[in-house]
Amino acid sequence: MDVMQPFYDICADPKAYARRWKARTGGKVVGTLCSYAPEELILAAGALGFRLVGGSGAISKADAHLQAYSCSLVRGALEDALSHRLDFLDGTIFPHTCDSIQRLSDIWRMNAHTGFHLDVVLPVKLNTASARDYMTAVMRKARSGLENMLEKAISDDDLRQAADTYNRIRATMKRLYAIRRERPGAIAGRDMHAIARAAMVMDRHDFLADLTRVVDQVADTETAARGDAKRIFLSGGVCNLPDVYGFIEAAGGAVVGDDLCTGSRQLMGAIDLKDDPIDAISRRYSERAVCPAKHTGVRTRGEELVRMAKEANAQGVIFLYLKFCDPHAFDYPYLKDTLAAEGIPTLLMELEEQTASDGQFQTRCEAFMEML
Amino acid sequence: MSNQDKPIDFEKERRKIKSVKKMKDIMTHYYIDAKTAGETGKKVAWITSGGPVEPLIAMDVIPVYPENHGAMIGASKMGVDLCEKAEGMGYSGDLCTYALADIACSPVDGGPIGGLPKPDMLVCCNNICGTVLKWYEVQARYYDVPLFILDTPFCHTEFSAEAQQYVRRQLDEYLVFLETACGRTCDRDRLQEVGRLSMAGQRLWQAVLDTTVNKPAPMSAFDAFFHLALIVTLRGTQTVIDYYTELLAEMQTRVAEGISAVPDEQHRLLWDNLPIWYRTKWLSEKFASHKACLVADTYTSAWCGSLQYMNEDDFLGSMAEGYSRIYLNIGTDQMAAMVLGMIDKYAAEGLVMHSNRSCKPYSLGQYDIARIVQEQRGLPTLIIEANMTDARSFSESQVETRIDAFMEMLKA
Ligand code: SF4
Ligand code: SF4
Repeated sequence: MDVMQPFYDICADPKAYARRWKARTGGKVVGTLCSYAPEELILAAGALGFRLVGGSGAISKADAHLQAYSCSLVRGALEDALSHRLDFLDGTIFPHTCDSIQRLSDIWRMNAHTGFHLDVVLPVKLNTASARDYMTAVMRKARSGLENMLEKAISDDDLRQAADTYNRIRATMKRLYAIRRERPGAIAGRDMHAIARAAMVMDRHDFLADLTRVVDQVADTETAARGDAKRIFLSGGVCNLPDVYGFIEAAGGAVVGDDLCTGSRQLMGAIDLKDDPIDAISRRYSERAVCPAKHTGVRTRGEELVRMAKEANAQGVIFLYLKFCDPHAFDYPYLKDTLAAEGIPTLLMELEEQTASDGQFQTRCEAFMEML
Repeated sequence: MSNQDKPIDFEKERRKIKSVKKMKDIMTHYYIDAKTAGETGKKVAWITSGGPVEPLIAMDVIPVYPENHGAMIGASKMGVDLCEKAEGMGYSGDLCTYALADIACSPVDGGPIGGLPKPDMLVCCNNICGTVLKWYEVQARYYDVPLFILDTPFCHTEFSAEAQQYVRRQLDEYLVFLETACGRTCDRDRLQEVGRLSMAGQRLWQAVLDTTVNKPAPMSAFDAFFHLALIVTLRGTQTVIDYYTELLAEMQTRVAEGISAVPDEQHRLLWDNLPIWYRTKWLSEKFASHKACLVADTYTSAWCGSLQYMNEDDFLGSMAEGYSRIYLNIGTDQMAAMVLGMIDKYAAEGLVMHSNRSCKPYSLGQYDIARIVQEQRGLPTLIIEANMTDARSFSESQVETRIDAFMEMLKA
């Protein structure tokens, strides 16, 4: 598919894209560490948000700072920073999430030379009035922090426009998710992955334009629905492994939905444009599907997952977790049991960034599909 | 020679800390009280080790610490079995082993005291880690009891005004939570009094720890690991004050009489991170065999480290800051500064770090702290890879070789 080319180009080398973008626009690039980084603020400041989802080489320098029992995401990101592979960054935003990113922020601040460092210490609890007020206060502070560091005033209008762009991106992604749900196979898993990956890196206006083109085309193309394919829902954290989709499809499955941090969790939830923009943006971050490092109730994640899996008519759920990821690992037994109670079988795949291709995943995938 | 004929080692007897027995009695009574709460009509709250216990004491709720229980499980070498059980339940073995042991304990009433008394409520303060949030969510589902989360924003470089406001508001919410759970109001004067006792207890604990500035040190970090239990579990009660007053007196006497924790102390070291509970005795003897005393540690001092932010005359008002700015809730560079401060205060010649796979917020950043200690004080660091409760990741021969090599280097 031709319209997919821009996304594949970015996936092949996101850093090269950021460098080109910078050279072309003269703009600034801001690294972000998780889907709670307030991207709308970055866009409102005219900068490019660049999500760091792990490394692009073997770990050597990071080993002097992080033990081998930290997840590949934090080790990989630090390795890139210390090896000067992120020299195009003007700064980095660290939202508060898990214990590992929390310490990564300190280590980064003390050792990496990637421009400014902004800790956005979000609340961990999101479901109380005081937590929401705190969230808003933190967002206001992040706004003025970014204004200082990027030397650019961010007006309410800038914020509204940025929120509007994200709303459109999210609405268009929602359309794509809906098509995939209705017609599994209408878009290949690796295409979905390329789009989700590019969403974290690409100039958001260009992304919206290219995404719209893809979705229009997919909507208009008559693809034979893969009626025989097993409907699979993906649940978990960061998925930086395009191979995963190939394995699932080769084993006779089709992904019909996800709650991945690098998937629907970053791309869902609308911002109310009628409100004060900071209030509205804060509200979206408090109300969107919750990450396991945050709290909205002791049963909300299970209920949400069941709801999403059912909505997607999923026959099975595959959990994709990075090894050493505490927040996800703690939720696993509960989520598995909750789904089991609804008659939805699950498969757990614990991944280290480079190990998806070792055949094990494929074998287990095949066994799982057969069982469904 | 039979056992009876074995001569009493007077030197060793003299060296034993006499207060130990009393401490054991207090803890036994505490656990009996907690386990019989159902009969006495008292409520039980499970609370995290860094959590604000004073309101519980003021409300006559019995606080129970799963982490203290975790330490007991580790020390009684029951950690491996329970962690394996947790893995059988689907939990990854890479998670915090206090959490794993506790979660596995619940359905079987396992562990050295036949399980903890069931909670009526859970109080989770994330000033030590994000792990406790997930762990308490698990237990809130299992026991189906209300959970209060005190969210203390992480202080990378500052304790911000908005964080102060947020935590302060939550403390009021906490009181409302307790009042609802107990069905009566919280007497603010009583809370103020408990706060005063809590701070007095913390000051005494600090004074006890400070006796090791003396050369030789009258106690070691291994003793501190043991005597710590009270400041964690019974903070805010008179019992703590009475006990630490006695312990302090005993330490002062030891100093006056020149009784040291380690015979012929030649080397002074600082310990970082949680103890390796199932090997404390072995480690203590190992270091002692090199005439080295672990004179202080970053762990036991965490329960008095934020006294400077507390205000006796406005306890509730100052709790927000006091509970937010504790050792594990601050930036790695600030932790390094505190380590340097301890090195100077206790005249340590080296740093022993337990790189604890079980505790990421404590362990990630240790390499940088070691580097800073090397750069600023020229002191070497020994890093021991282990885990506080689960002996499976502990390799005795490897650790022994590394300790020996480290000590040879220090002596050279
Ligand atoms: S994968 Fe898990 S442990 Fe790693 S950064 Fe993400 S949430 Fe944290
Ligand atoms: S050992 Fe570490 S991870 Fe576990 S509860 Fe304590 S602070 Fe949290």
